[in-house]
Amino acid sequence: MPIEGAAAGGLRAGADLVEIAQVAESISRFGDRYLKRLFTDHEIDSCRGEPSVTAAGLAARFAAKEAAVKVLRPSAARPDWRSIEVVRHPAGWCDLHLTGEARRLAEEAGISKLALSMSHEAGMAGAVVVAVCFSD
Amino acid sequence: MEVQIRQVLAEHARLAVDIGTLGDRDDLYQAGMTSHASVSVMLALEDAFDVEFPERMLRKATFESVAAIKEALSELCSAAVD
Repeated sequence: MPIEGAAAGGLRAGADLVEIAQVAESISRFGDRYLKRLFTDHEIDSCRGEPSVTAAGLAARFAAKEAAVKVLRPSAARPDWRSIEVVRHPAGWCDLHLTGEARRLAEEAGISKLALSMSHEAGMAGAVVVAVCFSD
Repeated sequence: MEVQIRQVLAEHARLAVDIGTLGDRDDLYQAGMTSHASVSVMLALEDAFDVEFPERMLRKATFESVAAIKEALSELCSAAVD
C-alpha cells in the first residue's frame, strides 16, 4: 500500500533557515525600520538582551514567519510579517498567533491547529511549522 | 533607475554571482537571494527611492528580477508624483 504525501492527508509543513549574521547586519543597517516592519512589540521584547542574543532570537522568529508562509501558501501577496506573530509563553515555549491576512489564509485552508518549533546554533536559526488542515 | 537598483542588489541581495552578469529578467532567487536578503533589498530600495512598498506588493514576484523591481518602483514613484 503506497504511503501518501502529507498534503493528501490534511497536513502541511514548512521550514526555513536564516543566517543570524544577516539579521544582525539588518538591525545595524536599518534599525527600527527593520524591527518594526517585521516584528511585533512582543517579539522584540522577547528577544531583548546582548546583541548576539537579540539577533539569534529574531532570526529564529523570522524563520518561523517564513515557515508559516509556506504552510499558508498565499496565491497573491504574502501576509504582512507582523500578522504572523511568535508568542512566547512565560514558561518558555512559543506558539504562532495569526491575524489579518495570515488568519484569513489559515481559515480559508481550514487550518485548525498550528505547531511551531525553533532553534539556533552555529550561526544559523531555523524553524518548523506544522499545520492540520481540513481543506486538503 | 536601473543603475541604482543594481547597486542595491550588489550590496544587499547576497547573490552567488556578480549582479553585472545577470540580465534584467534573470531570476534573483535562483542567483542566490534568500527570503531575508529580499527584505534587506526592499528596505534599501525604499531608502534609495524614498518610497514604501505597500502590502499588496509584498510578493516574491516583485523582487524576482531587476525588471520586476524596476516595474514596481516605477509604479510607486509615479504614484508619489501624482
